[in-house]
Order: sequence, then C-alpha cells, then structure tokens
Amino acid sequence: MPLIINGSPAPVPHDPRVSLLDLLRESLHLPGTKKGCDQGACGACTVLVDGERILSCLALAVQYEGREITTVEGLAGENGLHPMQEAFIVHDGFQCGYCTPGQICSAIGMAAEVRRGVPSHVSADLTADVALTREELQERMSGNLCRCGAHNGIIDAIRDVLETRETAV
Amino acid sequence: MSIIDSAKSAAQTLVQGAMSKLVPLAPDSWIPGGVPDPLIARKHGLIGTPVSRLDGPLKVQGRARFSAEVDAADIAYAALVHAAVPRGRIATLDTAAARAAPGVILVMTHENAPRMNAPALFGSSPTAVGPADLPVMQDDRIHWNGQPIAIVLAETQEQADHARSLVVATYSIEPSITSLKAAKDAGPKPGLFMGEPLLTQIGDAEAFLSAAPYKIDHLYRTPRHNHNPIELHGATIWWDGDTLVIHDATQMVTAQGLTIAGVFDLKPEQVHILSPYVGGGFGSKGLWVHQIIGAAAAKLAGRPVRIALSREGVYRIVGGRTLTEQRVAIGAQADGCFTSIIHSGIAAMTPHNNMPEPFILGTKVGYGADSFKLSVETVEMDMVANTFMRAPGEAVGTFALECAIDELAAEIGMDPVDLRILNEPVKDPISGLPFSSRHIVEAWRRGAERFGWSERITTPGTRREGEWLIGMGCATGTYPYYRMPGAAARITLTRNGTATVEIAAHEMGMGTSTTTAIVAAERLGLPMDKIDVRYGDSTIPGAIMAGGSQQTAAIGGAVIAAHNALVAQLLKMAGNDSPLAGLTSAEVGSEDGALVKLDDPTRRESYASILNRAQMDSIVASEEASQPLEMMHWSMHSHSAIFCEIAVNSITAETRVRRILGSFDCGRILNPKTARSQFRGGMIMGLGMALMEETQFDERNGRIMNPSLSEYHIPVHLDVPDIDVIWTDIADPHTPMGAHGIGEIGITGTAAAVANAVYNATGKRVRDLPITLDKLL
Amino acid sequence: MNPFSYVRAVDSADALRQRAGHAAAYLGGGTNLVDLMRETVARPEKLVDVTGLSSAITQSDDGGLLIGAAARNTALAEHRVVRTRYPMLARAILAGASGQIRNMATVGGNLLQRTRCAYFYDTDGSHCNKRRPASGCDALEGFNRNHAILGASPACVATHPSDMCVALAALDATVHVEGKGGARTLPFIDLHRLPGDHPDIDTTLEQGELITAIALPPLTFASRSNYRKVRDRSSYAFALISVAAALKIEGGHISDARIALGGVAHKPWRAFKAEAALQGHEATEPVFRAAAMAELADAQSLSRNGFKIELATRTLIATLADLAGGAS
Repeated sequence: MPLIINGSPAPVPHDPRVSLLDLLRESLHLPGTKKGCDQGACGACTVLVDGERILSCLALAVQYEGREITTVEGLAGENGLHPMQEAFIVHDGFQCGYCTPGQICSAIGMAAEVRRGVPSHVSADLTADVALTREELQERMSGNLCRCGAHNGIIDAIRDVLETRETAV
Repeated sequence: MSIIDSAKSAAQTLVQGAMSKLVPLAPDSWIPGGVPDPLIARKHGLIGTPVSRLDGPLKVQGRARFSAEVDAADIAYAALVHAAVPRGRIATLDTAAARAAPGVILVMTHENAPRMNAPALFGSSPTAVGPADLPVMQDDRIHWNGQPIAIVLAETQEQADHARSLVVATYSIEPSITSLKAAKDAGPKPGLFMGEPLLTQIGDAEAFLSAAPYKIDHLYRTPRHNHNPIELHGATIWWDGDTLVIHDATQMVTAQGLTIAGVFDLKPEQVHILSPYVGGGFGSKGLWVHQIIGAAAAKLAGRPVRIALSREGVYRIVGGRTLTEQRVAIGAQADGCFTSIIHSGIAAMTPHNNMPEPFILGTKVGYGADSFKLSVETVEMDMVANTFMRAPGEAVGTFALECAIDELAAEIGMDPVDLRILNEPVKDPISGLPFSSRHIVEAWRRGAERFGWSERITTPGTRREGEWLIGMGCATGTYPYYRMPGAAARITLTRNGTATVEIAAHEMGMGTSTTTAIVAAERLGLPMDKIDVRYGDSTIPGAIMAGGSQQTAAIGGAVIAAHNALVAQLLKMAGNDSPLAGLTSAEVGSEDGALVKLDDPTRRESYASILNRAQMDSIVASEEASQPLEMMHWSMHSHSAIFCEIAVNSITAETRVRRILGSFDCGRILNPKTARSQFRGGMIMGLGMALMEETQFDERNGRIMNPSLSEYHIPVHLDVPDIDVIWTDIADPHTPMGAHGIGEIGITGTAAAVANAVYNATGKRVRDLPITLDKLL
Repeated sequence: MNPFSYVRAVDSADALRQRAGHAAAYLGGGTNLVDLMRETVARPEKLVDVTGLSSAITQSDDGGLLIGAAARNTALAEHRVVRTRYPMLARAILAGASGQIRNMATVGGNLLQRTRCAYFYDTDGSHCNKRRPASGCDALEGFNRNHAILGASPACVATHPSDMCVALAALDATVHVEGKGGARTLPFIDLHRLPGDHPDIDTTLEQGELITAIALPPLTFASRSNYRKVRDRSSYAFALISVAAALKIEGGHISDARIALGGVAHKPWRAFKAEAALQGHEATEPVFRAAAMAELADAQSLSRNGFKIELATRTLIATLADLAGGAS
C-alpha cells in the first residue's frame, strides 16, 4: 500500500531507514517540508497525517503506509492560498521563511485539536472549552521554533484565522 | 535651524515646482554640504507604508528552494566524521568498513583529498572570508574538538550517515587549552578588530573613578552563543568542467566565491555561488569548511554533492559568539554626571582566527564622561573558530554597560532613564565627530511614556502578584551605521516598462528584496510590480555583505549610482527629438515610467518612448556605489531604548517576560511591516540571551555538549510576549534614503533591560548570563 | 542509522514472535527510538512496529482505567476520564514535549524513554556507562546541572526524562507485560530501576518483554491532583524538577497522599517518605515542609545541580499547599 501524499500515491521506500521527511524532500521532490534539526526539537518538519500534526523527521516512512499525508505544498487549493497561508503573509508571520511551512501545518493541525477540545498545559480548567487566548495559542505552538523572531506575527495570523475565518480552516 | 530641518529644507528646495510624485535623482555624495537623498522628502510614496514581503507567497507554500534543496542529477549525499579530541594528530584513520558499506561512493580524508590552499582569513583582504587560516583536510593535525577529519559520499543520505559511523579514528593527543583559566594563565593579548586596536584611553579613568563620590565596579560574564538559524548549513555543489557551482546558504556570495577561488586556484569567474534564499543567518551563514570539503569531494567523485550538516554538525564546525568577561566601572559626580567610564576585559578566540568580540564598541558612543578606559584583550583557546553573531560586540557589551548604569543609578538614587539622559553626549565622546542623527533622548521619553515607566516601584522586591515578583527594567541599545565599500547595482530597463535590479545581496528574512523593490520603484518612478529584484548570485557585479546591519545602505548607495548612470544613458539616447533634449541628469526626475524636467513637468518622455525611438528593447546600467565618505564625517549610529516588565516566581525563580517595548531611533523606516519584525526578532534573541542561551563547552576536552535545539534553549512561542515597537522615524540626512541599519539593534540592550528588571523584581543582581533560575533561588 | 529490517506486528503474540532471536526493538511512535538510532546510540537490527496493538482506553471493572500501550499521548491526555479523575496525568502529559510529539508518542514508548544526558547521546566523543558499560561517566564532573539528586550511583547520575511517568508513579499504576513466560503485571514503580552498577539497564523488563497496557486504580481522591513542572523555558523543555501530587484531606487532616518527583533520579521517584510524613497530619505549610525535607534528606548534589534540592523542596511544598488550598 502506498502512502498518499497530497492526494497522490507514493511508494513505500525500500530502505526502512528513510524518514518521512527525507522521503518527501529527497525522493518526492517536495522540499517544502523543512529539516531544521532532524532531532524532533524544532518543528520545522511538521506535516499533517490524516489531519493530525506530527514531526516527519521522527517518522519512519514505512510506518505511514496507507496514510494520508498533507504537506505545505498540498494546502493551497484551486481558489488560491489556504487562509492560514494568507494570514501569515498579512501578519508578517515569518522572516526567512524556513520554519514557516512547519508553523503553518502545525497551526492547522492545532486548530483541529482546539476544535476537538484538547486541553493544553496552560488551560486553567482541563474540562472547559478551549479559550482562544494568546497564551493558549502560544503554548500550543511552542513545538515550532522560530529563530528570526516572527512569533508575534505567527500568533496574530493564527488568531486571525481562528477567530474570523474559522470555518475555512 | 537644526540639522534635520536644514536637511529637510534643502530637499524641499530641490523638489520645488515639481509634482508631488516626482523624485529627482539622488545626489551621489554624502559629505558636508552635500544634498540629502530626495527620497527623504517624499512623504506619500511607498516608503514608510507597510508592504507585505514579495517572497511571501513562495515561502508560505514551501516553494522557495533553499540551498540543500536544489535538484541535481546523480547527486551524492555527504556525511562528515568529526574529531573527538581538542588538539593533536590523527594516529590512525580506518575507513575500510566505511568504504565497503553499501552505497558508498567515496571516503575522503587528508590522505586522499586534493591539494588545496588554506582559505584566506576573514579580514585579511576586503574579500577574504575564511573562518580560520587553517588548511582544510590537508594534514593529520587536529585543531579543535569537532574538526572534520573525513567525508563520506554515498548514493543516499541514509547510507552516508551509516558509513560515517563506521570510520574509526585514533589520535595522538597533544596539550591543549580548553579552559578559560588555562587560557588566562597563558596570558592575554591586545585585541585587534578590523585592523584597529581595541584600546581607547582618554584621561586617567582609574584616578577619576577613585575620586568619584558615586561609583560602581563589577565583573560581568557572557557565555558562548550559537546562532541557530533553523535552516541547517548546507550546500549543493558541482563542477561544470573547470567551473565550481555552489548553491549555498550564505550572507556573502561574492566574497565567498573569491575566497573559494583562492582555495582551488581558480579564477574568480570560475566559482559561481548562488544563494537566493537563506533560512536565517545572524552572522553564521558564510564560509566554513564544509563547502570546501564538499567541493573537493565533488571533484574527486566527479558527481554533484549535497552536503547538509546535521544540527550537531553545525555546532561542531560553525563557530558562534565567544565568551566574555567584562569589567565595567563608572564614576559619577554627586549630580550624576559621569567622570569615568572603564569597560575592559577579555574575549576568547583561537590562535587561527581574528574575532575578538569587540564589546567596547557600544561604550565608545554611549555616554559622555571626563575619562575613558576601554579595552578588549583576547585569550586563546583550542576550539572552533568563533565568529560574528548578531551585533558582535554590542550585544554582550551593552549587557555589561547597561547593567552597570542601572547599578549606578541605584547607588546614586536616580531614575536610570534620567541618569542616561543626563549623560547624553553632544558629540561622539571618543572621536569628537558630530552625530549625523541622534535622537535617543526622544526615543527614551516616548518609550517611557508609552510603557508606563513612571509606575515602576524603585525599591526592589516590593511588587508582588500572587507567587510572582514583578519588576521593570530598561536599557539603551546601540549599533553603528555602516556602508561597506564595493557594492554595485545593475539596472535593466525594458521597453515594456519593467526594470530588473540586480544586487549581489542577500535575503535571509530581513525583507531586503521587498525593501529594495520599494526603493527602486520610488527612484525609477515605476510601480513596485514592475520591479524585479534579483540577488544572491556571485555573477552579479559588486560585493555586498549581509552583515553589520549595512546591507540596506549599501544597496541604497549602489542603486542610486546605477540609477544615475541609467538616467544619463536615457538622456543621451533621447537625443534632440525628445522633449527632454538638452537636459542634464540634475534637471530631471522620475515619475510614472518617464523622465520629467523637475521644474517643468510638461517636458517629459516615457522610458518606453525613449527606448522605442532608439530601437532598443532594453538598456542596462551597472555602477558601483560611491565611497562611504559619510562615515568619516559623522558619528553614525542606530539607537534604542528598551523597557521590559518581568515576573519572577517567588517559589521556583522562573522568569517570564510579561511586557517589552523597544523605542528605536534608526533613521527613516523604509518598510514598517518588515522593520517591526526585524526589531522584534532582535529583541527576542536578546530575551534568549538574557534568560536561557548558552553553548555548553566542556572545559575538560573542548567539546560542545549541547549541540542540539532541545538542549540549547532558544525562546519558544510561550516565552515571547506581544512586543511593542515604536520609532522616531527621523531621517538621517547623511545616508541613502535617510535610513540606518536595523538588523542588529534589537538584540542590543535587551539582555540588560531584562537583567535590570530582574533586579527590580527581586533585589538580586545577576551579572552572569544567562539568568537561569538556579542563579535566583 | 544501522541498516535494519521492519515488520509490523498484528498482535502481541506476533510481536513477541517477531522479536524473538533478534537484536530487535519494539517501535512505537519513534519519537525517542528513531532519534537514538540516528545518533547511533541504539543499533537494533530489526524493528517490530507495535503501534497496531491495542490503543484502547477503557474503564475497568474496579472503576480504574486500562490504557492500551499503543494509545497516543494526546489521546490519553484528552480522555475525559483522565481529565476529570486523574488531572495530574493529563497535566503531566500536556507538560511534556510538543503537540506534534504527543500526537506521535505512544504510552508504552513514553515509559521506555531513555535519559537525555548529553554524554549518553555523544557517541563520538564522550564516556557513558549507560551507553557503553564500564566506559566511565563524563557527567560526574561535567555538565550535570540537570542530573540526579536521589538514588544515583558513581556509575551513573542520569535522570529519567518523562513527565507522564511521574504521574503514573504517583497514581499506583500497574504495567501489563507479555513475554516468553506469558503475561504478567508489575507495579509501575518497579518498572524502572536505579542505576547501581548497571546503568545500561533502564527497566526490570526481561529480554523481549512487551508492554501491552497500563492500568490505573480508581484512586478517587486523585481527582484533586496536580502536576507542576519547572524548566528552563516556559514550554518544550525537559523538567529540572517536577512534582505530581494528590492529597486526600478530611477534616483538615491528610488521610492519604500520592506524591512523585521528576527530574531527580534515574527513575520517576515515588516520594514514599513524604507521603508517610503527611499521613494523619494537618494540611499546613510546616507539615508540607517537613514532608519535603524528609523526602530530600538523602539528596546528594553534584558540581552543578545543588540548586535542585532547594528547588524540589520548594516546588513540592507549593504543590501540596495549592492542593490543600483547593480542598478547603
């Protein structure tokens, strides 16, 4: 069974050492997913698997046979950019652009977690609906490092999308 | 009339009679009596309006191809083997298992590497950017723990990584200096920065100090730091016949190409460096040994090579900011006026490079005083060559100086803002030059007002909210204006009204490509979407380094020169049949895709019309920028006032930054959108420096022990508050566009503001960065 | 990374069969093992993927919870029963790693995380008895700021990095395992071991044994529990010190307590001494202090981690005081 990458099948690599990240970048010519550490420490390699955000650098590609993978290259539709992509531009949610695909994929995955009611480390009440405070979004995005310092713009972009364009995500 | 007002009025005279959009040519000189850039007077154009990054759509879709993502047929993947001892010789190097491993194409060591010259050391010539003067993989000598001793090429990255783990090295270890104490015992040497001794003495500062009624005298320490751009250093390299092509992540395409040409005995035009996108640099993206080793291996293997460093690999071979120990002593009279400023100490470096972290540079322009003693001495350690990191010198120097000011203010019982304003110099305290544009007092006053500084409680440790102790702190940041010589620009203007502006510059996220398009559009009188900016390619004329916060000024100067040359050509081409016939460059400006007589806008002709008549599809003007004479006539700097409010947990001593404001005086801000991001980015790096960043260097063997983004802590989203940024927006009449650099100023002052706030919250002075909780318990 | 073969187990019997006779390892979410393999700290020749085994989280007959070892960390943290009845567990999981990693990491794999000691990771340049028995310990005199203050040995001063495990240690969890000899259960606090002379061995599992599930007892008073984590940045960092605690307070007196500490030892540290010191006493600050002092009386510091004793003491006291405050 192949992996399904942005809707297209891709064969499972013969070498089980190949990470999902390297499969994307080196075999499938989809370098939009970034390698920032290859250690699970920066979040630049974040992709969506069946809608859930994961780190593709710690994922062996063979483990994801048959799964639906969405990368940053698969977010824009026929009608243009994904709202999260647009919001990142509007709010200047990046500088060098290298952590950006991971931030965007992570934000989209995070939005689904928020909708599902998953609490976070900073949620005062573990059972209440998630309040979209700045602090909640910051904690939930803390697995995506940015060294240029675009943090404010990133959180602004995500808030904008979650508060005003929620249905589009 | 102030210098600003006179500049403004001069510019206004120039545009008198012209239509509001009409922009005259910029004067190509920055000397006393010269005329300010007319763009300064243009208030309703693109400059100063927020413009989204032009490369945004590419980057948010992951379609910008970074250096390790460039496709090449038949590519070989590289992995490096690093030495595990600080100094000595390779005794044995067994590569048999690696060579026999599946997929391996080549194992290169000093035994089979091609002969190469040592790279020319950074600063040894204007275009030399070698990290050290050491030959690369030419002999069995080990100079630092982590030095590459072999490279493996294989068909896949997995195969290369596995094979590298099979290489077995033994060493004959030689005595090394890996502890600061041993380095100090070996004796400090005078620091030399860019050829200048790091030593300044005015008057007898020690005598003034001992006579002063108020004084402080403390030692401050800053650790090693690593840049940690999220993009790993990497390159895709191939030989096209005798031409070496390197797709690299670099802040210095031209100089790097020239330095590499020297390594391989090539002509300059035989090395082609391309670097259109750089995933963050902060001083680290330049020439290190991996590009040289990769190029040599590509030559031996006869195949393109992708060398993408691991994160550990970056720590092993890309140097960071070195550690410092700084004494700051300040003496003041009873009224708070400084009589003595002493700022001296040591920075570690290696025997093979020349980067003595020049932490006194900010102190040279900070405050007035009767006497100064400023010096940096260096001690030598066996370690990877340290290098420039965001605001080299000022970042750590302002930590010490601005903490000391705060300590003195507490000693005198004065508000630290008032103490700073009181000691504001009227001219450069060391050189005696006038300031070109210094409005730091305004930045202080506006910042204090907006931040609510007056609500600070002076007595430390007295403001509490639940478990948290709250404190406020402030500090000044500073970074010089530079415009390095050697910049050039090439403008190609086409008949269909588009222009291509080519500059050998770099886009690492500063917004350079967008800002350049804004400025070029304004100069040429074209809409921004008709401007195509190309950069990051060593075949473009000129040399522009993305460093020293000077790229915008360098590009600005070059575009002015090229634009002037272009207009001269157009006027010549226009000939006698044109409405512009007989006019000189000084008499015309650009507007709506046309040249227009300044005082008679009815005399105009479009670029298209001029080119049509001359039966040309396009014309090209390529010109070097003028010499940066402005730096000889004025003391030129960016300035900031940083305010922050922090909370320290009274139980765990965890520190959280609750609010931070940067009030900047950096000339005219060209693109507020990207500028705000740059200021914030610098401040966030300053927060990291204040609270968590430290490269852990094991003094027993010189090995970096946290070569990872999980163990070297940089701020995460939750550490970063919503950062308030304001600016004076007062144009400097002596710079292109009236702008100053803004890339490094943000990090300066920030760590001190945090440390001073920690003192205000807790009553504890931490003079040893980072301020981790164990120092506050 | 070593070359290896990969198989996916369909059930626990299949997993044991696939594992037998090989230098193999079970693979969960890969968040630690893949990293260790890339660093060549771990060099299995075969990976048996056990993520297809039970991930069900079900309430057991005794009112407790049975958690399939393949359950993802996020799934456990967001489970309604965990959030309401075992908040310290939900909070411990949410304090660990990042959203992405919690989505990948399995509960079984979380238990088997290895230390983050820098010398353990540095295969090229450092000595480590845990990585290579009898090769020495560079942490003893090196960077040991985040190393153990309790239960360490001259051979190893590393700490266990998991947050979740600290809560499980406090909650009297039981571990279900299967191996050659069949299925067995063991108390969670007996799963991890202290380093002694064999820091290379992290757990008491037999060769090839597979963790299949974790069981939580009802422990009704754990609905008032908490997990407090202290670290060097506000998120996405390992604990310097952490405390998981539940208090049962009746008539102002402590009638039962469960406490565990993280970041202090080679294993999640169940604070039995502190629990005993609280038993029957008034829920007051001096009592909490005495309990913390009792637990940390044997603490020993290294060159750079002395602050941890004070930090653990303070954090424990504050966590208990918070719980007591919430109970009144």
